Amino acid sequence: MDGAAILDALRARFGAGVVEAHDHHGDHTAVVTRDALPGALAFCRDQPELAFDMLMDLTAVDYLKFPGREDGPRFEVVYHLYSVAHNHRVRIKTRVDEDDAVVTSAVPLWPIANWFEREVWDMFGVRFAGHPDPRRLLMYEEFVGHPLRKDYPIDRRQPLIGPAD
Amino acid sequence: MGLGTFFTSKIDGAIGWARKYSIFQYPFVTACCGMEYMATACSHYDIDRFGAGLPRFSPRQADVLFVVGTISHKMAPVLKRVYDQMTEPKWVVAFGVCTCTGGFYNNYATVQGIDTLIPVDVYIPGCPPRPESVIDGLMKLQDKIAAQAQRY
Repeated sequence: MDGAAILDALRARFGAGVVEAHDHHGDHTAVVTRDALPGALAFCRDQPELAFDMLMDLTAVDYLKFPGREDGPRFEVVYHLYSVAHNHRVRIKTRVDEDDAVVTSAVPLWPIANWFEREVWDMFGVRFAGHPDPRRLLMYEEFVGHPLRKDYPIDRRQPLIGPAD
Repeated sequence: MGLGTFFTSKIDGAIGWARKYSIFQYPFVTACCGMEYMATACSHYDIDRFGAGLPRFSPRQADVLFVVGTISHKMAPVLKRVYDQMTEPKWVVAFGVCTCTGGFYNNYATVQGIDTLIPVDVYIPGCPPRPESVIDGLMKLQDKIAAQAQRY
C-alpha cells in the first residue's frame, strides 16, 4: 500500500481524529489527537492491508520556543511504524501539553514500546498511562528533571559522586 | 651513604624492575576506545613485550586499572568501587580524552575526567589514541613504577 493510501485509510476511519496529514519526500505522516491515538495505533497494527507489525521507533520532540509554535502544545510524541508483510511505513504523531503530558501506553500493542516509553519519560517527562514499569531507563533514580527538555539548563550537572562540575 | 640506605635503594630498584615488567591490567572498557585497546593488546603491537600481556578480569588480581572509554555519572560509582577493590600497589591509566577530561562530551551525563573520582597516574589522550601513544603511555607508566619508592 502506498503512503497516501495509508493516510486515506486513517482519515476514513478516524475522521476528525486525524488533525493533519502530510507527505514529506515520500515519508507519510499523520498527526492524530491524543484521544484517537490508541485506536489509530491498534488500527494500523490489526488492519490486514496495513499490518504494521513493527514499532521501529517511539520518541518525542520538545517544541518549547519553536518558531511558529510558541502557543501550541509543547510536546509531540512520534511513532514510526513498519510493516514487514507489506514493506511500507508510516509515521504517527500526537501532540500533548506540558501540564497534561500523558499518552496511552503502546505496550499492549508492541512489547518493544516498554523501553521506548521509559526512555521518553526519562528524557522528556512525558508519561504513558498504563505502562507496566514506568521507571527511568537511562538516567539514575536520583536524577532530577528531564535532560532533553529544552528548558533543562545546559550546564546543570547532577553527579552521584565527585564534584558537581 | 649508610649500609642500610644502600640496601634499601637496591631492593627498591629490584622490586621496581620486577613490577614494571609484570603489569596485570584490568581493562574497564565502556566505549569505542576499547577497540583501540584490543588492537594494541593483540599481536601487531604486542604489549606482552612490556610484560602487560595478560589482562585480569577481576580487580582483585590486577595492578593497573585501564579506564578505557567515556565514564557517565551513572557508571562513576561502579568505577570507584572497582578501584577500591584493587589491592596495593595499584596504578590508574586514563585511556582516551573522555577519561582524561570528558572529551567533547560536556553534558549532563558525562564525568569531566576520571581524576575527579580516582587518582590517575598516566593520561593517554586521543580519540581514540593510536597504539603508539598507548605504548608510549605504558612505557611512561613503567618508568613511573620503576622510579617510585616501593612499598612491600
